[in-house]
Amino acid sequence: MKQETLQRNLPTPLAVSVSPHIRSEESVEKIMWTVVACLLPPLILSIFIFGIQTLIITAISVASCVATEAITQKLLHRPITIKDGSAVITGLLLAYIIPPGVPYWMPILGAVMAIYVAKHLLGGIGFNIFNPALIGRAFLVATFPVAMTSAWLPPIKHGSVFQYMGSGVDAVSTATPLFILKHYGISGVIEKFGSLHSIYGSFFVGWRPGCIGETSALLLLVGGGYLLYKRYITWHIPVSMIGTIAILTWSFGGEKLFTGDPLLAILSGGVMLGALFMATDYVTSPSQPTGKILFGIGAGALTVLIRLKGGYPEGVCYAILLMNPLTPAFEQWFGPKRFAPPKGAAK
Amino acid sequence: MAQTLLTFPKGGIHPPESKELTEKLPIEPGPAPKEVDILLAQHFGAPCKPLVKKKAEVKEGDLIGEVEAGLGANIHASVSGTVKNIGKAPHPVSVSAPAVTIQVDDHAEPPSYHPRDWSPLTKEELLDAVKQAGIVGIGGAGFPTHVKLSPPSQARVDTLILNGAECEPYLTTDHRLMLEHSREIVEGAKIILTILGISTCHVGIEANKMDAVEAMNRAIAEAKLNGFTIRVDPLQVKYPQGSEKQLIQSVTGRKVPGFGLPFDVGVIVQNVGTTKAIYDAVVLGKPLYEKVITVSGRGINRPANLLVKIGTRISDIVEHLGGIKPGLAKVVLGGPMMGFAVPSFDVPVTKTTSGILFLTEDEIDTSSHGQCIRCGWCLQACPMGLSPNEIGIYVEAGRAEDTSQFGVFECFECGCCAFVCPAKRPLVQFIRLAKSKAKK
Repeated sequence: MKQETLQRNLPTPLAVSVSPHIRSEESVEKIMWTVVACLLPPLILSIFIFGIQTLIITAISVASCVATEAITQKLLHRPITIKDGSAVITGLLLAYIIPPGVPYWMPILGAVMAIYVAKHLLGGIGFNIFNPALIGRAFLVATFPVAMTSAWLPPIKHGSVFQYMGSGVDAVSTATPLFILKHYGISGVIEKFGSLHSIYGSFFVGWRPGCIGETSALLLLVGGGYLLYKRYITWHIPVSMIGTIAILTWSFGGEKLFTGDPLLAILSGGVMLGALFMATDYVTSPSQPTGKILFGIGAGALTVLIRLKGGYPEGVCYAILLMNPLTPAFEQWFGPKRFAPPKGAAK
Repeated sequence: MAQTLLTFPKGGIHPPESKELTEKLPIEPGPAPKEVDILLAQHFGAPCKPLVKKKAEVKEGDLIGEVEAGLGANIHASVSGTVKNIGKAPHPVSVSAPAVTIQVDDHAEPPSYHPRDWSPLTKEELLDAVKQAGIVGIGGAGFPTHVKLSPPSQARVDTLILNGAECEPYLTTDHRLMLEHSREIVEGAKIILTILGISTCHVGIEANKMDAVEAMNRAIAEAKLNGFTIRVDPLQVKYPQGSEKQLIQSVTGRKVPGFGLPFDVGVIVQNVGTTKAIYDAVVLGKPLYEKVITVSGRGINRPANLLVKIGTRISDIVEHLGGIKPGLAKVVLGGPMMGFAVPSFDVPVTKTTSGILFLTEDEIDTSSHGQCIRCGWCLQACPMGLSPNEIGIYVEAGRAEDTSQFGVFECFECGCCAFVCPAKRPLVQFIRLAKSKAKK
């Protein structure tokens, strides 16, 4: 190298590469780690709601995801990309959508399923069809249905953060709002959680049973709002998904037509987390406005369908998974508008 | 006055402008080199045939190369001296190309040019003057101007647009030309309008050069327009505002069809520098052998706007400006978005060189690239509505032949896609590869 430089009488080696020679400041790492930062506030709040258990489960999930990625990429002879932060996001999201009271080995299994199978066996980042965290959760629900639907923790009292340490599936279980809504109707919810007004308040801020990521709509909106401000996500998917859930629940979720509770619907379960952080995943969702809106509407409609007519109280996870495979089609059908294609060109 | 700025609706990016390094610096004379390498291929088309032999004496402005067949433009000596060699010189794109090397005679008397009244000249005589002077599109494409100004008769050209956008970061040549030579540019516009037999001219100037807008407006107001309409249209600052198709859409709303040319929608576009060269050729009888370039970047000791003789080597310019600074990492001929990186200082300036950028490590980006994460930002940035992400993925998968469906042949390689890509994928490089392999 130095020899070559001297031969050309150059004072310093020059980079010779193809234009453009300047690039934007954004990078994959910057995007991913910003998303991680936006996802942390709900975790911190959850420690105060459910205790230190949530931090342990999350740490296990994140560590397993990162380790699985490193090992998988090494075995598949691919460059190791754990520094980009995408495995960390999957680890966080996986921990946020499982009950916090599960045994510690469960997130490890979920992580292997999410990262090894759903992400890397399907081609690695950019090529996976399904949202990896959601596949991880779907696998766990199918394999361990009891734990995955009952290991909830009620909110702790007076900051006894270590209350649930060491508890497994036999921990004090309680039911989530959506479970009660499905089986006991809105009156059951009011009986268990208080008046509708206090429900909206507590659900918005986060003080009720559920997964870590399901609790605080407020913190999720703040995080999602920052991603919107940075233009890392756009309004299309969140607004169309949340809007569809609200409208359809209002229409069909009550005793009679148009008597459903849209606010309860969007504040409970994984709607905020799903609409802001999972349905907006770059790889598994469309990138153009029309495709995004249709994707959001589809995910919202399927969520309500599963909630009202399906066997599960919560439908966000499967709704998004069912819309994921449509993404390549939407990308092709609703691609960017060509400036002025030549006559007779292939569209 | 709050004027709505015109622009194109789809795509585009806003890179940092970096024009503060040179936008206030008046044009100054370039170095007086000892030798120049005048490339015989400085235009769109085949290289010229040299008209001189070794040891021949040439005077500044002499014709030394002419077109053999097909598309091309005359080449003139930019200095007086002796032909040292007819061989090869480094070329920014083709690595090396045929060239005439002239040893400069410092004591030669430079020719003097005097303005003449061009109103008695016919269209044909005006066009011939442009042809004899070897004028090509100075903006960078190098298309022979006398050919551009003779559109086919079935094209109903009704509008001339002067391109003063200069949307590439760092470059300020057109800006300074419009500030310092606005009257010549307006006169050149009148000449072009006469050649084309039309009367409407728009001058598109980006809004980061409002002083140039004012200078051009003053020159238009003072000129005797004789029935011509010349109007300045300030444009939104956005890259690639100066791209022909985007400029035409911004100013007239017309869209040039894919694989089409501006005259298909009744428009002819000329860079303001080319317009001034036309003035020089017709009014002064001066051929094209020197031009203004911006030398900028944080790797050169003294950034400047220089009037250089064609054929001057980068090494002479570096010396003239006080040498390079430590931290120099890349030398680019042209702008940072579409320019060519060169491997040595032996490359000479040509008629289509708009600038030389000496970029330091923190001005460029040499990170390695990752997989496409399907963010879709390239789709938003592409002004032609293409799918660079798909082209890149197909090329990496060995399926470059199937990429024409993604619009690969409509791409003019502006670089917006690669600029925004967070995975730093070399999308323009993928597209160039795809163009060579894709089935039309």
